[in-house]
Amino acid sequence: MSVYPYVVAGVLFLAGLYGVVSSRNYIHAAVCLTVMQSGTYVALIALGAVSGGQAPITKGAQPGKPMADPVVQALTLTDVVVSVVALALMLALAQQSRRRGGTLDPDELARVRG
Amino acid sequence: MADASTLVPLTVAVPLITAALLAAVSRWIPRRGPDLAALAAAVAVTVMSVALVVATRDTPIVYWFGGWHPVRGVALGIDFVVEPAGASLAALSGVIAVASLVFSWRYFEEVGHLYHTLVLTLLAGMVGFSLSGDLFNIFVWLELMSVAAYALCGYQIHQSGVVQGALTFAVLNTIGTLTLLMGIALVYGRTGALNLAQIGESLHGHPPGGPVIVAFTLITAGLLVKAGAVPFHFWLADAYTVVPAPVGALFAGVMSDLAYHTFARVYWDGFSDALAAHRDAVRDALLVLAVASILVGAVMALLEAELKRQVAFATVANGGLVLAGIALLTPRGLGGATMLVVVDGLLKAALFLLIAAIIQWLDGGDELLLHGRGRRRGGVLPGVLLAACGLGFALVPPFGPFLGTALAVDAAGRPWLTAVAACGAAATGAVFLRAAARIFLGWGPREDPAITREPTESREGEPEFQPNDDWKRVGHRIIMLAPPTVLVIAGYVLSLVPGVADWFTSVAHGITTPHRTAEYVLSGHLPPLPPLPHSHGHYAPGGSAWACAAGSLIGSVLLAAASLWWQRLGRVVRRVLLVPVAALKSVHDGAVGDYTLWFATGVAALGAVWTLTLR
Repeated sequence: MSVYPYVVAGVLFLAGLYGVVSSRNYIHAAVCLTVMQSGTYVALIALGAVSGGQAPITKGAQPGKPMADPVVQALTLTDVVVSVVALALMLALAQQSRRRGGTLDPDELARVRG
Repeated sequence: MADASTLVPLTVAVPLITAALLAAVSRWIPRRGPDLAALAAAVAVTVMSVALVVATRDTPIVYWFGGWHPVRGVALGIDFVVEPAGASLAALSGVIAVASLVFSWRYFEEVGHLYHTLVLTLLAGMVGFSLSGDLFNIFVWLELMSVAAYALCGYQIHQSGVVQGALTFAVLNTIGTLTLLMGIALVYGRTGALNLAQIGESLHGHPPGGPVIVAFTLITAGLLVKAGAVPFHFWLADAYTVVPAPVGALFAGVMSDLAYHTFARVYWDGFSDALAAHRDAVRDALLVLAVASILVGAVMALLEAELKRQVAFATVANGGLVLAGIALLTPRGLGGATMLVVVDGLLKAALFLLIAAIIQWLDGGDELLLHGRGRRRGGVLPGVLLAACGLGFALVPPFGPFLGTALAVDAAGRPWLTAVAACGAAATGAVFLRAAARIFLGWGPREDPAITREPTESREGEPEFQPNDDWKRVGHRIIMLAPPTVLVIAGYVLSLVPGVADWFTSVAHGITTPHRTAEYVLSGHLPPLPPLPHSHGHYAPGGSAWACAAGSLIGSVLLAAASLWWQRLGRVVRRVLLVPVAALKSVHDGAVGDYTLWFATGVAALGAVWTLTLR
């Protein structure tokens, strides 16, 4: 099994993490979290991939060809749904931040501290 | 009751279905309708969970959703493994949800039509999280409860401090759950299993190897973010400061500590065999995090003037003690930790509700601002309750927190850990004793340069109301003060049940024998429970436990007095004290990027230590 998908997953995860650390904008931070999440999708899909395999759909499958692991694909779908909910909530909060505080910059808004 | 296992799916189905129905119809029915429906669902969850605690006292119940039973020892479906510890935490979630909903009855004049839906979703998430026996399913329940929690945290969204706290909460927790998911993916890649029992069996007998160590690090870090262990705790204080107080009771009372319990289950069921040769390394790393949590949480709690923030940091300190019990990796340590989760959870939930009542009555949640304002008619009960919570945290024997801590420190047998636990308990107790003395007795000065005044607007996160107005009505006061009173009494009385310490120990013993559970889950055959090692009949607190309690009780009274009147010391001493205080506070700067950096540093350090030691 190729190592590249895992490298890609790791890079996406760390790049997203770096983005959140250095973020000056809540929408940017939310998108960075999506990038991190994409890293987990890539890792999950790569786990179930078989070289020369086919999609895990039994109806009309070609005999003799190995199938990719359907479990990780189901996990990825669940993960997508979950992440959409979290992203929607964060964007809604960011919108409120802009509307109430007049800014999307976490540092300008930061009032709970110490 | 025909079969207790039919109750298992209902513990999550009832709140979820009620939540969905309320979301659909509550817009068109009067306010009391959703109040009653949500309350009924929460009571149902509590009753069913208590029934499950009773039903599982001898054998755990394994429930396979959709009837997908394992085939020849391979788990195909998703299961709930109900054992008494998980069921009692589900019951705790239910009890606190009931108290919180009763309290909200009068607390919110205007409550949006989705409030009850969110509370019930949070409740279902917590119950599922503590019962599920499948690693990915645990992640899904964690996400469900997190998303409901973000929305509840930002409930009073028109205040900008609330937006900031809720966003910090959402960002940090999402990073935590993603880290957990990465770990789960690695475990699945290594074992081909998501069921905890199956993971444990397939890792059994092999040296752990790189992917397993990395996976264990990521899973630990992901769960500890939710639990709020130092250095992953930064979001917790900011979120708890802005959460509406009835919801805060659910957050501080159960949500945080559940993650510790789930971590213990994941470790024992999944990884304990693979890492059996390296127990010391696992224990030492976790103990470092635990001690850091106790000390940072306790000191920061002392340095806050806002009551909700004090509870937030007290949660971090108490969580550290729970983690210390789990980190000992012994049945008695885990039993103490589980007992602490329950008892401290009741007290913390009571505190949050009490604070909400104080905010509504006295129009503020800052102990400096409220100096002496509680000295009036009707102030006796809130004052006594606040002091009772403080004394509880300060380990008054023979009550709940004392017994749980005693189990843990006796199991540890390490004098330094006893000392740390005593210091942490003394400081968290002192915080609330000081607040009670300042607000209800008017002791101490009105100004204090060391403690942070309410960092946000007055009453951040709380609904708008006319203070004092309703308070004159007796019925209103009863509804506001009955839930915290009942919770405090429950927290105190629980430890007087005969044999409760032994019960928690034997329950924990069931968790720390993963092979037995795994065989039951995968083949349906339950081997007999091996006897508990070093068991000498009934548990009685030993010398170190009494020393710990004496130290923390005396310490908390002295510390409360010292932190009230420390400004009488000379100017030099004051300056010297203020320097480290300012340094510690500047770390908690409210910037989400900095918190994320702390998270990344923590994961890297934990990973580095375990990569070097777990080989």
